[in-house]
Amino acid sequence: MIETRALQKSFGPQRVLNGVDLRIEKGEAVVIIGRSGGGKSILLKHLIGLLQPDAGDVLVDGESIGRLNERGLLRVRRKFGMLFQSAALFDSLSVKENVAFALRRDHLLTEKEIDAKVAAALEMVDLRGIEAKMPAELSGGMRKRVGLARAIIYQPEFILYDEPTTGLDPIVADSIDKLIRRISERLKVTSIAVTHDMRSACCIGRRILMLHEGRIYFTGTPDATMKSDDPIVHQFVSGISDPKEQYF
Amino acid sequence: MHSLAVKLVAESLEGTGRLGLLLVEVVRSLFTHKPDWRATVQQMHFVGVKSQSVVLITGAFTGMVLCAQTFFQFHKVKMDTATMAVVGVSMCSELGPVLTGLMVAGRVGAAIAAELGTMRVTEQIDALRSLATHPVDYLITPRMVATVITVPLLTAESITVGIASGYFVGVFLMGIDPAYLWHNMVRYTGAVDLAMGMIKAVIFGATIGLISCYKGLHCGTGAEGVGRATTEAVVYSSITILISNFFLTLALERLLAGL
Repeated sequence: MIETRALQKSFGPQRVLNGVDLRIEKGEAVVIIGRSGGGKSILLKHLIGLLQPDAGDVLVDGESIGRLNERGLLRVRRKFGMLFQSAALFDSLSVKENVAFALRRDHLLTEKEIDAKVAAALEMVDLRGIEAKMPAELSGGMRKRVGLARAIIYQPEFILYDEPTTGLDPIVADSIDKLIRRISERLKVTSIAVTHDMRSACCIGRRILMLHEGRIYFTGTPDATMKSDDPIVHQFVSGISDPKEQYF
Repeated sequence: MHSLAVKLVAESLEGTGRLGLLLVEVVRSLFTHKPDWRATVQQMHFVGVKSQSVVLITGAFTGMVLCAQTFFQFHKVKMDTATMAVVGVSMCSELGPVLTGLMVAGRVGAAIAAELGTMRVTEQIDALRSLATHPVDYLITPRMVATVITVPLLTAESITVGIASGYFVGVFLMGIDPAYLWHNMVRYTGAVDLAMGMIKAVIFGATIGLISCYKGLHCGTGAEGVGRATTEAVVYSSITILISNFFLTLALERLLAGL
């Protein structure tokens, strides 16, 4: 279970998170939506301890991580896998070395066992036989899939997705959405994604949270979100820049 | 004007404090974390083997020009055979470590800051942290260990090549008697001079590694941030080497005087 309590974060004079309270139960598939620059990725990074809050707290399985130091956080982060917006593959390592990174860190498996796990993880994301390739040789969609394989190989309890479909064409984006959904169901992990793509949000999430002006403004199922008559939610899901303007 | 000065002092103190904390974290990592030997050897290859040409050329031509200039002055007072004594002492205690440090700061410091800075702006360091790996264990400690081991080796090489080149210039170009030239150099260049140079080299290696890693880890956003981090890594490393060299000379002279 992940919980945030009155989470606040500012960068200089700009307050990005202004008292975020949320609770995500084990096994849930939650999507956080909101406008670009609204603090979605910042919130996601707080959940895994990549950023420290100015005020408030983050609890992972009941343990407060808001004030843990970097070494203390390493133990907590073993429960997490994260797919970054740019995939963030280590560009000096091959695909195999990227995917096997967490397994090699622990020195618990033989090279043969690691090879088998890497092959299985790549198969799960529909990529086979690319172990020897370097990240620079991959397309955007392939990079995201490799990033996902790297995040799931050690079977974390929580998987965080930061804008998983940004920068991809609609067909590749749809395949990534379906892949995330499949992984979420097959591995029975807690999935938390941030996106501003409503199609992606409805495909991945069972519950949608809307972040607006630094707070959780709305919570509901994908269906309830799409049908909401709240003007701010409606404006966002309909993609209207100015509600007063009518083109059609 | 007053507030600007206060801001500059505050920023300098903050930077120094963070640098100190990074050093503490590296020392802690050395004692608590199993070292990544593969990464360390790779970094030693990058710092040591790939710096051969620049260090050899710098050492050789510094020894040669020092020998020539010393000879021109000493010849006026008929002290030709003392030329290599000056070259030996200067190369061992000052020029060898300082010039090697500056060359490595320029080549390696810039590369370290650029690599780590790029990793930071492309979220690779965040990815590393999300995979429950401390960036100091994986990225900083191997680089620090590599610079601390390799810079003294490169310095020793630079000193050797500098003295050999100076000797060659003295004997074959200036026509100094080789026996007296060698005798005087050995007589006036002591183990203390070499020890001073090696101690300085270890400190300069740590300085280059620490400052370059710090600048890379804390670089600003985008290509501009990486560019600035790279420049600052070279400038701050070089300035620190030059300033600390003076104080190290005074301190080591006293410490090693009794040996």
